[in-house]
Amino acid sequence: MAPAVLIEKLQKRYGKVEAVKDVSFQVEPGEIFGLLGPNGAGKTTTIRCICTLATPDAGKIEVSSINAIANPKAARQKLGYVAQEVALDKVLTGRELLQLQAALYHIPGKFAKERIDKMISSLGLQEYADQKTGTYSGGIRKRLDLAAGLLHKPDVLVLDEPTVGLDIESRVVMWDILRQLRDAGTTVLLTSHYLEEVDALASSVAIIDKGVVIAAGTPSELKDRVGGDRITLRIREFCPLEEAEKAKDMLKSFPFVQEAIINVAQGNSLNLVVTPQSDALITIQQALQAAGLPTFGIAQSRPSLDDVYLAATGRTLMDAELAAAGSRDPKAERKQNMK
Amino acid sequence: MSSTVTPSKPNVSLKPEAMQVSPAPGFFGELVQETLALTRRLFIQLQRRPSTLIAGVIQPLIWLVLFGALFQNAPKGLFGDTVNYGQFLAAGVIVFTAFSGALNAGLPVMFDREFGFLNRLLVAPLASRYSIVFASAIFIITLSAIQTSAIIAASAFLGAGWPDPLGLGLISLILLLLVLGVTALSLGLAFALPGHIELIAVIFVTNLPLLFASTALAPLSFMPRWLQMIATLNPLSYAIEPIRYLYLNSDWALNSVVMQAPWGAVTLGGALLVLLVLDVVAFFIIQPLLRRTFA
Repeated sequence: MAPAVLIEKLQKRYGKVEAVKDVSFQVEPGEIFGLLGPNGAGKTTTIRCICTLATPDAGKIEVSSINAIANPKAARQKLGYVAQEVALDKVLTGRELLQLQAALYHIPGKFAKERIDKMISSLGLQEYADQKTGTYSGGIRKRLDLAAGLLHKPDVLVLDEPTVGLDIESRVVMWDILRQLRDAGTTVLLTSHYLEEVDALASSVAIIDKGVVIAAGTPSELKDRVGGDRITLRIREFCPLEEAEKAKDMLKSFPFVQEAIINVAQGNSLNLVVTPQSDALITIQQALQAAGLPTFGIAQSRPSLDDVYLAATGRTLMDAELAAAGSRDPKAERKQNMK
Repeated sequence: MSSTVTPSKPNVSLKPEAMQVSPAPGFFGELVQETLALTRRLFIQLQRRPSTLIAGVIQPLIWLVLFGALFQNAPKGLFGDTVNYGQFLAAGVIVFTAFSGALNAGLPVMFDREFGFLNRLLVAPLASRYSIVFASAIFIITLSAIQTSAIIAASAFLGAGWPDPLGLGLISLILLLLVLGVTALSLGLAFALPGHIELIAVIFVTNLPLLFASTALAPLSFMPRWLQMIATLNPLSYAIEPIRYLYLNSDWALNSVVMQAPWGAVTLGGALLVLLVLDVVAFFIIQPLLRRTFA
């Protein structure tokens, strides 16, 4: 079966900024695919190229086997796009917006009404549909935008940061909707800088950093590739640095401890990478006790996607976020997104 | 809103039950469908936020009343064949109404660009992205028609009288030609300028200077020669003078002289031709600007 979306060696620059340097991945039909990376990594630019809003400088994009660069109009018919920032006309009601959307996708009038009613009820928008969108909360706006993106039954639904700015409840609802969509056979391509989101939803992931795909596979594969288990140890709720240093030096002498880092941001807790073994926690606790140190909390886990990111880039996603936040030019970015 | 209530768990059912694909309506059918839908949106906006429409009538109305009163006591015959200044001014204000309405045509498009709504239109498989331009043009033409009708009625009430029905038809054609050209230029700017601040600045520096450098408020004979040159090259004069002529003469013909420019006489037919050329030039000028976004 041909991939739902195929991206090969995509490149796109805006002036001097190489937003996307080398991005390749493919999305299989019926799966949720996550494009994970910090803000400014090139996710949105990639999505804009796929959705025909930007023309790449080089590379190949196919949507349902259609060459989206050579034949953008046919590709648009196959795509549903839910942008990061929901642009609703606040004077229109939700239903009126969907009516407009139906006409833009040339759904014949008689089917449009039925289809709009169905989208309104299946996304739980009944009580909002006839109110102006200007009165909507963030979660409802996003759901209406999703309804608009799904109206023409696209082969591939593309969502750019679908839960940014949503409260936790709305986020859970959104995740639920996306899973239901996948179960019903829709291919979903989403970008996110939330690890949990991609981990919870996606069956395949591409991690993108500075315009390059640095790792791709199923979340489980990626974690296995990083290897080792993670142990987070807190000696006290707020541990003095010397105590943490002392514990770190001691623990490093154990052969199963591959790495030990003090996390200053979390009250000098210790992050350990260990060779998976069943008695790791007990061994550590006993050693601490013998050295006269308490244990406030200790937990073992498989590597997270953040660890995958860390292994590939040498920094955590959070650090990348913070670094990116300082060097971004929101004005220039807004300009890029303006057609 | 239901921030405290758990949102009803949506039950998305998107089983690939075939959506009846109607026999392809073809390019033209699709173009009509999307253009009508986009136009409908603009009219819904107008209906719920009518302030633009109302302000677009009130402002020229104030011009008519206040400016008309300014030269109330000017000696008769000073303003050419017109009986009083109010009558002279009517044609100017009617054209000004249509012109400033059309000049603002690009603003909604600019806001759509800025708020990202345009992206919603651009990711859709539109038959032609020119439907966005067509919808704006239909909207502005209708809006102008309403506003100028109100001003024509108001000036009749203020003593300018009515042109004969055929003359009124020709006035509509003149206004249509002007509105089309100016709308095209404004829409072109809406795609070329970086934001609404810049667009408003352009509108601001264009609107009144063009009015003052035309024959809207004073006849050519009042002006120094250099201003006469500017005024007779100003497209607005080619709408104002024919309309003024039609108001005063029921025995008009296409070769009637409507404006005596320092460099020659302009006939009614000539003025229409100039406006037509303005439209054609405007359409060609905006092509590359639109193509940058629409290609």
